[in-house]
Amino acid sequence: MGVDTTQPKPPQVEEIEEVVIRFAGDSGDGIQLTGDRFTTEAALVGNDLATLPDYPAEIRAPAGTLPGVSGYQLRFSSLDIMTPGDQPDVLVVMNPAALKVNLADLPKGGVIIVNTDSFSSNNLKKAGYGEKNPLEDGSLDAFRVLPIELTRLTRDALEETTLTPKEKDRSKNFFALGVLFWLYNRPLENTYQWIGEKFKKLPEVAKANRLALKGGWAYGQATEIFQHTYKVAPAPLEPGLYRNIIGNTALALGLIAAGQKSKLPVFYGTYPITPASDVLHALSRYKNYGVMTFQAEDEIAAIAATIGAAFTGNLAVTCTSGPGMVLKGEAMGLALMVELPLVICDVQRGGPSTGLPTKTEQADLLMAMYGRHGESPMPIVSASTPADCFNAAFEAARIALKYMTPVICLTDGYLANGSEPWKVPAADDLPDISVPFCTEPQGFLPYSRDPKTLARPWAIPGAAGLEHRVGGLEKADQTGNVSYDPDNHQLMIDLRRAKVERIADEIPPAEVEGPESGKLLIVGWGSTYGAIAGVRRDLERKGDSSIAHLHLRHLNPFPKNLGEVLARYEKVLVPELNCGQLVKLLRDRFLVPAVGLNKVQGKPFKKVEILNKVQEMLES
Amino acid sequence: MSPTELTAKDFTTDQEVRWCPGCGDYSILKAVQNVFPTLGIPREKFVVVSGIGCSSRFPYYMDTFGFHTIHGRAPAVATGVKLANPELSVWIATGDGDALSIGGNHLIHAMRRNLDVKILMFNNRIYGLTKGQYSPTSEVGKVTKSTPFGSVDRPFNPLALAIGSGATFVARTIDIMVPHLKATIEAAARHKGTAFVEIFQNCNVFNDGAFASVTEKTVRDDALVDMQDHKPLVFGKDHDKALRLNGLKAEVVGASESDLWVHDETDTNTARAYVLSQLGQGDGTPTPIGVFCRREAETFDGDMVRQVENAKAKNGPGDLQALLTAGDTWTVGAKS
Repeated sequence: MGVDTTQPKPPQVEEIEEVVIRFAGDSGDGIQLTGDRFTTEAALVGNDLATLPDYPAEIRAPAGTLPGVSGYQLRFSSLDIMTPGDQPDVLVVMNPAALKVNLADLPKGGVIIVNTDSFSSNNLKKAGYGEKNPLEDGSLDAFRVLPIELTRLTRDALEETTLTPKEKDRSKNFFALGVLFWLYNRPLENTYQWIGEKFKKLPEVAKANRLALKGGWAYGQATEIFQHTYKVAPAPLEPGLYRNIIGNTALALGLIAAGQKSKLPVFYGTYPITPASDVLHALSRYKNYGVMTFQAEDEIAAIAATIGAAFTGNLAVTCTSGPGMVLKGEAMGLALMVELPLVICDVQRGGPSTGLPTKTEQADLLMAMYGRHGESPMPIVSASTPADCFNAAFEAARIALKYMTPVICLTDGYLANGSEPWKVPAADDLPDISVPFCTEPQGFLPYSRDPKTLARPWAIPGAAGLEHRVGGLEKADQTGNVSYDPDNHQLMIDLRRAKVERIADEIPPAEVEGPESGKLLIVGWGSTYGAIAGVRRDLERKGDSSIAHLHLRHLNPFPKNLGEVLARYEKVLVPELNCGQLVKLLRDRFLVPAVGLNKVQGKPFKKVEILNKVQEMLES
Repeated sequence: MSPTELTAKDFTTDQEVRWCPGCGDYSILKAVQNVFPTLGIPREKFVVVSGIGCSSRFPYYMDTFGFHTIHGRAPAVATGVKLANPELSVWIATGDGDALSIGGNHLIHAMRRNLDVKILMFNNRIYGLTKGQYSPTSEVGKVTKSTPFGSVDRPFNPLALAIGSGATFVARTIDIMVPHLKATIEAAARHKGTAFVEIFQNCNVFNDGAFASVTEKTVRDDALVDMQDHKPLVFGKDHDKALRLNGLKAEVVGASESDLWVHDETDTNTARAYVLSQLGQGDGTPTPIGVFCRREAETFDGDMVRQVENAKAKNGPGDLQALLTAGDTWTVGAKS
């Protein structure tokens, strides 16, 4: 073939709509950091994006083994996208175990960028390949394999540093990042700057990471293993100021915003638990916003102290995941009985028991709804995307304060660690959610009620003349004294339920995306938003606008028009990452023949899974 | 009403007190209602928090802010109250089951943190409200409804636990010795930091006479040693007996002997307070009452609030917009 090999030909730049990259390696390989950094770059050039970190529960499982594989999937796009992608286009694997774990997800023809230096016979054995090397035995022939001697090349690039070989090897993720930056035409400057800040105290490491990044970029340019580089244009997002945000950070910011907008100090009582701990880490840095974080001795103390802070006039919040929710159950009942404002966040994870601590699930809905003894209704709100955790937290606080009630805010592991571009709201546009403390001793009755919201007065210690007692024993209407009177118990049960139901008077009516009536309505809640909305939009783009999508923020109470909306469709599909919890509530409440699509694998839905079910229902 | 004009009546609610007639709790309630007006604290600044059990009905009878919480969790709820407003005088009324069994974890953590709360632990060595099961302070061999063949559980020594957990004020008093009870409650109130007070309390229904061997008027003088700070540990009807410390072993000697053990509440070596906590268990030594140890230390609530205040002073009050727009941001322009 008449190719001129005397000088390297500049590769062609191909414009593509979107790419899904999955980084995978040992949990000590810096995979999350690498993924996170690529994400920030994608955000900064204006792509829409969605991410799915997937890391093991063990901090450092033995190196090179299958359980130790950590992954990070990123989809960046020139379109407005909803999910991190069903399957990767490009798989970056740092060792044989990462290849073994992830290969099944890569479609035929997909790209594998592989660190060949890690394919030693020892690592191959650890990954279960035995004596066979998949790089040599033809088993990867259906894919485009781009082998890179990542370890050797990184060491070479770092020759001028004073680091030991072992220390140099830690920079190989930056070499890989450099290759990808070249492949996708990303600038290096932001990351240079970021490395400087991140490794401020380790200047030699900062230098090494910069050299590795640059080395990877130069390697991409100098070699001819890539025929093309790619460009993904900015996405047509709504105009505004954006930042990339993960769900747990958004949740923390929502709580701080609620504190500022209610003019109350925020008390955050919690106990470390995956995947909720990052909310504590975020909040503990913002004490100057009037946030006090209390790391309690256990989950029960965390909520109990939070109840004490609520009694004393703080915006009181506790946050946990499933196992912690179970432990908090009794104290939640107390909060409900004493009718104090409290926000209880549950970052759901795979259960039961310790379950799958680092994986996602939506199986705590019925626990949130019913998981307390006695008749103990509690408002429930949920977040639908990582950035939406901000709104959900703010809404939970608003309801708690206005109605003097504990409120459960449900997110999950996928939202907590996943990220997306967030159009930053203007602080001034957020509503004032402050409520007055009771200060008037004249005629003060601790269990009198606001006629509209049924909230009782909030009279905090320190207010002269308002001394009163609360507790878990049944309260007499108005006075709040202990009462064993049968009719009073019935009355108080009815009042507590009515108070929660009244919230429906002011929450927005359920609104669907898509047709107002028709053949099929998909009802979702929580983190399934992206997958469901993505399916509906994909169909709409292809000209099929027959299905509608309704995503619920408020799970208790439901929007007032929900029953009427459900009745407008022939069929109702409810996809959930559980065995059918919302579908049970809908069938029970509205007697609709809703159908569930259920998956409990610790992973979010793929769009194709929902699409298949939709097509099956449309055809039947 | 200024704090100086307050009386016990101002701390009494209109609720009918529902402890069994003859219960030791009445005396403790009265003592607290008498001490509170003397502390110079406005009534609205008191918060009484309790768990579950007979003693935990206490807040309903105190006309202050009060919180009858759930079993064992009073120290945790009190932690939130005190952190939200360290100017409050926060009291915990609890029992041996509430504090040492279901609530043991919260108790030790409140003490190790030195949360500025006053813990009154009514020890009657029995579960009263559930009608008579053995408790974590019941003696080995105790026959109760749940231990018809005698309990095989070894009991906690509440004071040793408190000392070991780092409580900065540890004391013991007795329900029927009213002046001592009041003086001890007042000393606890004056202490800044966690004050743990064990109160021997008679349950005349389910465990009558649990402490009779040391509290009966006829034996009391010889069975108890009322510790006075910086004074020799002298006891006996005729003040003729005393304690002497031989290494870490306490001996009973004549009060006229030399080298008597001079009590020092602020002794930095809590080993001696621990030795005191072990006395009176049938080895011929008297049961000590009064203050075992106390020391000044930074409080948890003080430190927590200071961190928030320091952060505000250093970084200024938070600007919400600046926080929301922090980090790497980019602008998407209007479509042309």
